[in-house]
Amino acid sequence: MIEEYRFHGRGGQGAVTAARLLVGAAHREGRYGQAFPHFGAERRGAPVVAFARISDRPIRVHEQVREPDVVVVLDPTLFKLVNVLEGLREGGVLVVNSKEDPGIQGPYKVFIVDATGIALSLGLRVAGWPVVNTSILGAVVKATGSVSLDSVVDEIKSNWPGRMGEANAQAAKLAYEKAVRVR
Amino acid sequence: MAQQLLKKKLALSSNYAVAYAVKALDVDVIAAYPITPQTHVVEKLSEFAANGEINAEMIHVESEHSALSAVIGASAAGARVFTATASQGLALMHEVLHIASGMRLPIVMSIATRALSAPISIWNDYSDVMNARDTGWVIYFTSSAQETHDTVIQAYRVAENPNVHLPVMVAYDGYIMSHTVEPVEVVEKEDALRYAPKKVTWPRLDPDNPVTMGTITSPDWYYEFKYQQVMAMREALKAAEEADRVFGEMFGRNYGVAEGFMLEDAEVALITMGAFANTAKVAAVEARKQGVKAGVLRLRLYRPFPKEKIVEMLSNVSAVGVVDKAISFGAPVEGPVFNEVAGAFYSSDHRPVLASFIAGIGQRTVLVDDFVSMFKKLQEYAKTGRGPGESIYVGVRA
Repeated sequence: MIEEYRFHGRGGQGAVTAARLLVGAAHREGRYGQAFPHFGAERRGAPVVAFARISDRPIRVHEQVREPDVVVVLDPTLFKLVNVLEGLREGGVLVVNSKEDPGIQGPYKVFIVDATGIALSLGLRVAGWPVVNTSILGAVVKATGSVSLDSVVDEIKSNWPGRMGEANAQAAKLAYEKAVRVR
Repeated sequence: MAQQLLKKKLALSSNYAVAYAVKALDVDVIAAYPITPQTHVVEKLSEFAANGEINAEMIHVESEHSALSAVIGASAAGARVFTATASQGLALMHEVLHIASGMRLPIVMSIATRALSAPISIWNDYSDVMNARDTGWVIYFTSSAQETHDTVIQAYRVAENPNVHLPVMVAYDGYIMSHTVEPVEVVEKEDALRYAPKKVTWPRLDPDNPVTMGTITSPDWYYEFKYQQVMAMREALKAAEEADRVFGEMFGRNYGVAEGFMLEDAEVALITMGAFANTAKVAAVEARKQGVKAGVLRLRLYRPFPKEKIVEMLSNVSAVGVVDKAISFGAPVEGPVFNEVAGAFYSSDHRPVLASFIAGIGQRTVLVDDFVSMFKKLQEYAKTGRGPGESIYVGVRA
């Protein structure tokens, strides 16, 4: 059984890094993972996509993810631009960076968290932009339970040693606490 | 033990997996062009150098032509060297590729394989490496980040083998592998150097024992130089097999020069390279559920071409498809690897029906279902005893 994830963000928000950290967390648990970006001519602010797979066994397949089990949306304004629900499996999980219920219809579990607010409260900014990728991972952990919060926190801290890592790890913990299911 | 293995496993892209291998091998000189189409390989190595984690002399040059020229100079002086490129960068190096192999220097280079312009594509296919197949380099195509890491380490043992002394390219799929993060058990420096010890086995420039390399050679000797390269390339097959076997003994992982998957009782088989092989294997399992006895042969060592091995591995298969990720324009059949497989079978007693599939050009997505369709086509060819006679362009809007 391979769990498949798709991350939607904007160039610079760290969707690719979020996918990589999630997979790194799975590796810490002795599981297998694969993280890869969608290969476009991305630029800052443009819609971007990244993918991840997690499994208890080595992952052979190297095709694109078509029917994800989990979709993660780092920026709710993307709902107007791309069909983030495309291919999402029935009973699949949607995790959205949003203060409000996005009002999604369909056979999905929907979780929201104000990742932007959490990032700003911790002073997490890069080039003026709030860093939402680490906080959203806390919400992903809450929504799926696939990897543990501890593994995600360890992966974040090893990715950014020192104060940066501490703040990002804190963001993931706060998001884990604050994420709520709205559907 | 499990804990120990877990500790060493890192989440790395194939690009980073290459950089970690180069670090473990204690390379002396790295020269590279630092701008696109360069990859993260050199970015990571620059970081290692800046942090003092490697002792290598890091030379950022103005072009790929210069990058390879610089490592040629360093290698001729006896240094262990490395460079990396992709796509147009490999094309720009082209004339120097011949100089590296002609001077018999054990240079190792990684290639994140990518399409060539025009039109501009930054995406994956094998056009760049296929363009370089006759330059006298040993060429590997790997299929996972772990294998890429391990193959870079094996490459030095092959290149520096006194029977070989040839440069080696380790090619892996641009983006599909170069940017995909997978678990990698990183080989420690101490172990890498035990496996591939730093010893200058090749003739080098030495003021105390002066030699000339790559000088002008008249018609009464040039031919013999080239024939020696032919012989060295033949030796490289044995050296690659040896390097893989010893690697397996030391690290518990080996891959073969070609890898078979469900070939034992297969009636039809696809020959693939690189990341395609992983998806083709999943498709073979699926095709068997649908009644097609499918198997996969993954070609890992492309130069020298392990023709006897391939013929032997497919000795019971009735129809063989070759999936090419490059086009040889105007060739008898346009799949470059297909033509070589056909050549290998022509001189053997076993003559399966052959089919050429072109797929994944400029990274057009190829799914498990596409490979299942190829297996089904092969089953039809096996029944009728006739192949398609020309390349099938999978998924093209013709």
